Amino acid sequence: MERVIDPMAEQRSAWRQQSETIAFVIMAAALVVAPFVTYPLFVMQALCFALFACAFNLLIGYVGLLSFGHALYFGWASYVSAYAAKAWGLTPELAILAGTLTAAVCGAIAGSLAIRRQGIYFAMITLALAQMMYFVAVRAKFTGGEDGIQSVPRGHLFGLIELRDQWAMYVVVAAIFLGSFLFIYRIIHSPFGEVLKAIRENETRAISLGYKTDRYKLMAFVLSATLAGVAGSTKAIVVGIASLTDVNWPMSGEVVLMSLVGGLGTIFGPVVGSFVIVTMQYKFAFLGEWVLVIQGVIFVACVLLFRRGLVGELAHWLRIKL
Amino acid sequence: MRRTLGLAALAAALICGVANAQQINVKIGVLTDMASLYADDTGEGSVAAARLAAADFMKDHPNVKVTVISADHQNKADIGVQTVNQWADVDHVDMIADVPNSGVALAIAPVVAQKNKVFVASGPASSDLTGPKCQPTTIHMTYDTWMLANGTGKAIVKNGGDTWFFMTSDYAFGHALERDTAAVVEANGGKVLGKVRHPINTSDFSSFLLQAQQSKAKIIGLANAGGDTINSIKQGAEFGIVAGGQKFAGLLVFAPDVQALGLKTAQGLMFTETFYWDLNDQTRAWTKRWDAERKAPGKLPSMNHAGVYAGTMHYLKAVAALGSAADGKAIVAKMKSMPTDDPVFGKGSIRADGRALHPAYLFEVKKPAESKGPGDLYNVRATIPADEAFRPLKDGGCPLVNG
Amino acid sequence: MFTIFGVPSGALFGQLLIGLINGSFYALLSLGLAVIFGMLNIINFAHGAQYMLGALTAYMLLQFAGLGYWPSLIIAPLVVGALGIVIERCFLQWLHNLDHLYGLLLTFGLALIIEGVSRHYFGTAGLPYTLPDSLQGGRNLGFMFLPNYRAWVIVASLTVCLVTWFLIERTRIGAYLRAATENPTLVRAFGINVPRMITLTYGFGVALAAFAGVMAAPIYNVSPNMGSELIIVVFAVVVIGGMGSILGAIVTGFALGIVEGLTKVFFPEASNTVIFVIMAIVLLVRPAGLFGRRA
Repeated sequence: MERVIDPMAEQRSAWRQQSETIAFVIMAAALVVAPFVTYPLFVMQALCFALFACAFNLLIGYVGLLSFGHALYFGWASYVSAYAAKAWGLTPELAILAGTLTAAVCGAIAGSLAIRRQGIYFAMITLALAQMMYFVAVRAKFTGGEDGIQSVPRGHLFGLIELRDQWAMYVVVAAIFLGSFLFIYRIIHSPFGEVLKAIRENETRAISLGYKTDRYKLMAFVLSATLAGVAGSTKAIVVGIASLTDVNWPMSGEVVLMSLVGGLGTIFGPVVGSFVIVTMQYKFAFLGEWVLVIQGVIFVACVLLFRRGLVGELAHWLRIKL
Repeated sequence: MRRTLGLAALAAALICGVANAQQINVKIGVLTDMASLYADDTGEGSVAAARLAAADFMKDHPNVKVTVISADHQNKADIGVQTVNQWADVDHVDMIADVPNSGVALAIAPVVAQKNKVFVASGPASSDLTGPKCQPTTIHMTYDTWMLANGTGKAIVKNGGDTWFFMTSDYAFGHALERDTAAVVEANGGKVLGKVRHPINTSDFSSFLLQAQQSKAKIIGLANAGGDTINSIKQGAEFGIVAGGQKFAGLLVFAPDVQALGLKTAQGLMFTETFYWDLNDQTRAWTKRWDAERKAPGKLPSMNHAGVYAGTMHYLKAVAALGSAADGKAIVAKMKSMPTDDPVFGKGSIRADGRALHPAYLFEVKKPAESKGPGDLYNVRATIPADEAFRPLKDGGCPLVNG
Repeated sequence: MFTIFGVPSGALFGQLLIGLINGSFYALLSLGLAVIFGMLNIINFAHGAQYMLGALTAYMLLQFAGLGYWPSLIIAPLVVGALGIVIERCFLQWLHNLDHLYGLLLTFGLALIIEGVSRHYFGTAGLPYTLPDSLQGGRNLGFMFLPNYRAWVIVASLTVCLVTWFLIERTRIGAYLRAATENPTLVRAFGINVPRMITLTYGFGVALAAFAGVMAAPIYNVSPNMGSELIIVVFAVVVIGGMGSILGAIVTGFALGIVEGLTKVFFPEASNTVIFVIMAIVLLVRPAGLFGRRA
C-alpha cells in the first residue's frame, strides 16, 4: 500500500497523464475480443469476480480498511438474486437489482458496526459478521442449505432479450462490469474520493481539517458492499447457482488474494488479479490437488517480491498511474 | 441404376461392418474432489477407476477410442457448473463421472441434461437425484441416502438395536439421513429416544457424546460423514461408549475412514456399503488392477471408486451398441435397457428413474484380533438383495416415471 | 437432581466440565498465537498448519521410529519449532516494518503450501493415532464419565499456559523480549541480540502450536485439514482476549470453552458460530479486547 508521490507530475508527458484512460480503452477492447478467443462463460464468471475484487479494493486500496467479510455481500446478493429469478420469476435486471439492494442494506448495517474500530479489529468485526450471516445462510430454508439454489433461469432482459443466448448474456455482463468500473473510477477521482485517500493516509489530520471521517468511511463501506452485491447478483444469473461457497470465509480470502496479486490501491489491479486467479482455478484444474499449493506460493511470492502486485509493479516501472 | 447403387452401398457397408466397425471416439470427464474431506473416497482413485474401465473396454473393442480427463471441483458448485459447461461446449466431453458432493451434483445435472450429455453419478449421496430432481441423462450408481438409511437401520433394528439416539450434521444431507433412518427404525418397531444436531466440521464431540450416553439408547446413529464421523467414533472410544454397552451405527462410512480410525477404535461399527475389496474373487482381482492403476500403495478402493468403474463400463457398452456417443438421452435409455454386469457389483440393472440397482451389504468392522493384515477390515453381516436395497420406484417422485 | 432450563443438573455439570476441557485446548492453541502477535506483531495464519504438523509428526514418529506419545510430546514441538525458525529467517524477517496485512497474507500462503503438500503425501481421510496406554480408561464421576486423557489435557494445558505466562511476564528474558517489541533499537544498544530473540520467540510460538497438535492427535482425527478448521476459532479467541495479551488468550480460551459447552446443550447448531457473536460484541464494547493494552 505504498503510494509513490511524484513531484514531477506536471512535467510528465501527455500520454502518461492519460495512462488510466488508455488502460481502460485497452481493457474494453480486450473484453470485446475475449469471447472470440476463449470460452465466453469463463470470461463472464471472471468478470463477476473482477467486479467483486474492484469493490473490495475500493475499501482497502483507497480508504485503507481491510474487510475480511466481503463474501457476506457477494453471497447474500447472489442468494436473493437467484431466489428472485427462480421463485418469484423476476426478470434478470430486477433480480440483480434485488440482490444489489440486499447487499446495500447488509453493508449499511455491517458498516455502521464495523467502522467504529480500526485495523485488525475492523477486519475481525467484518469477519465475525460474515460468519454469523453464514450460519443464517446454512439454516435458512430459502437458500437451500448446502445444496444451494440451482437452475436459476437466465430469463429475458427487460422482458425482451433472451439471455440464454451466450452472446446476449455476455454483452449484458460486460456492460454491467464496465459501467460499475467507470462508477468506481468516478468515485475515486472525485472530491469524495480525495477525502477517502486523505483518511487512508492520516485519519487524525483529516478529522482535524473538519471532515466527519466516520460518515465518509461508512459511505465508502456501503458503496463497496453494494458493488460487491452487483457482482454477486450477476454471477447468480450467469452461472445459474447460488451456494454456501459464496458466503463462506474462503471466498472473502480469495478476493483479498485477487486484489493483492493484481495490486492493492490500483484501479486495474483487482481486474488483472481476478483473471489470474480464476484462470488458475479452471485452467490448472488438471493439476488437481496442487492448485491450492500454487495459490500459496503465489501469496508468498507476491508478499515478498511483488508487493505492489502485477499492475502495481507495471505502473511503478512505467512511472504511470494505473 | 438406383438398385445397383443401393446394392453397392449395402455391399460396401457390409464389408466395412465386417472388416472394421466405424471408429467411435468417446471422452469421459471425471469431476471429483481432490483436496477436501472426501478426496480419499473419490479423487484420484475415481480417475484411476475410470482409466481402468477405459483400458479394459478398449482391449475388447479396438474400434472405440476412450479418453479420460479429470478436474477438481473443490466442492464448489460454481466450478462444477463452469467445468461441465466448458467440457461440453469446448472439450467435447461426452460423459461426466463421479461428482461427490450432492450440492455440486444437483447443480450440474440439469446442465448435463440441457447439453444432452450423460451424467454417471457415483459420488453424491442425495436420493433426490433419482427423485424429484431426476433427469433423462442422469444415472446414479453406488449408493444414496435412502439405501444407507434402510440398509443400516432395518438390519440393526432386526438385530436388537431398537432404541436410537442420533448425532446429526446440521445440514440437508444430515437431516435427510436422520429422517430416513428414523422412519425405518420406527417402521420396524424401534424407538428414537433423542437427537442432537452439530455444525459440520466440528472437531469436538464430547458434549454430544455425553448427551448420547445419558439417553441410554442402545444405538447411537451417526447421521454425518467424513471427519465428523471419524471424530465421533474416535472420541466415543475415549468416553467408553462401546464399553458402556452402546453401539455406533455409521450411516455413511467408507473404507478409507475405517483405515483412518484403525481397528482398535472402530471395531464393532456397523454400516452399509455396496462394495468391499475382499468380498469375493472378482473384487479381489479388480482391486489388484485398480491398485496398479492408482499407484498409491496402502490405499483401499472405496465403493465410490467401484461405482465409477462399473458406471463407466456400462456407459461404454451402451455407446458401442449405439455406435456413437453423441446423443446422451439415447445412451442413457440404452443403459437402462441393458442389465449391468461387472466384477465390482456383480449383476444388476438400471431403473427408469436412473437408479442403478445392485446388492448392498451390512458390514461390521473386525476386532483387531480377527484381522489378518492391513486392509482386512470387515465382516459381512448380511446381504441385501438389489431389489430391496433401494427405494421403491413409485416412492421416488421422479417425473420421468409414469403413474 | 434438579433441572435447569429443562436440562438435568447432572448433565449440565458434565457439559460444563467438558467445556472446561475444550477451553484448556483453545487456551493452549491461542497461547502460541498470542505470543507471536504480542511479541512480534506478526499475525501468524500458519498457526493451524503448524498445529497440524505437530500431530502429523507424532504420527510419523509412531509409524517410522516406533516412538509413542510421550517422546513425541517433546520431540514434535522441537522439530516443528525448528521449522518455525527456518520460516522466520527465510520469510518473516523481511516483513517487520510492514503493515500487519502482509504478515497475515504470507503466513496464509505458507499454510496453503504446508497443508497442500501434506495432503499429497497423507491423503485427507485421516491417519490412525490412538490414546497412549497409560492414559486409557477413565473414572465415573457420577454425573459423567471422565476419560483420563481429558483430565491430562486440562493439567498439561494449564501447566504450559502458566509457565509461558510466567516466562514472559515475570522473568528477565521475558522483560527483554517485551522491551525489544516496544523499542528494538534501544534494546539492541544494550547489547541484546534482538533478531535472534525474535526468531527464537517465533520458534517458541510455533512449538506451542505443535505441542497442542500432539495433544490433539489421540482424540481428534489426524488429517492435513485439521488445522484449517480450528484456525478461525483460535483467532477469534486471541482477538477477544486482546491481541497483545498472554493472560487474555488463556482466560478467553477457557471462558470460550465453557460458553461453547453451554451452547452445545441449549442450541447445539450454533456452537460454531457463538464465538463470532461474542467477538463482535466484545470488539464493539471493548475495542482492544478484554485484556488488550493497545487500542
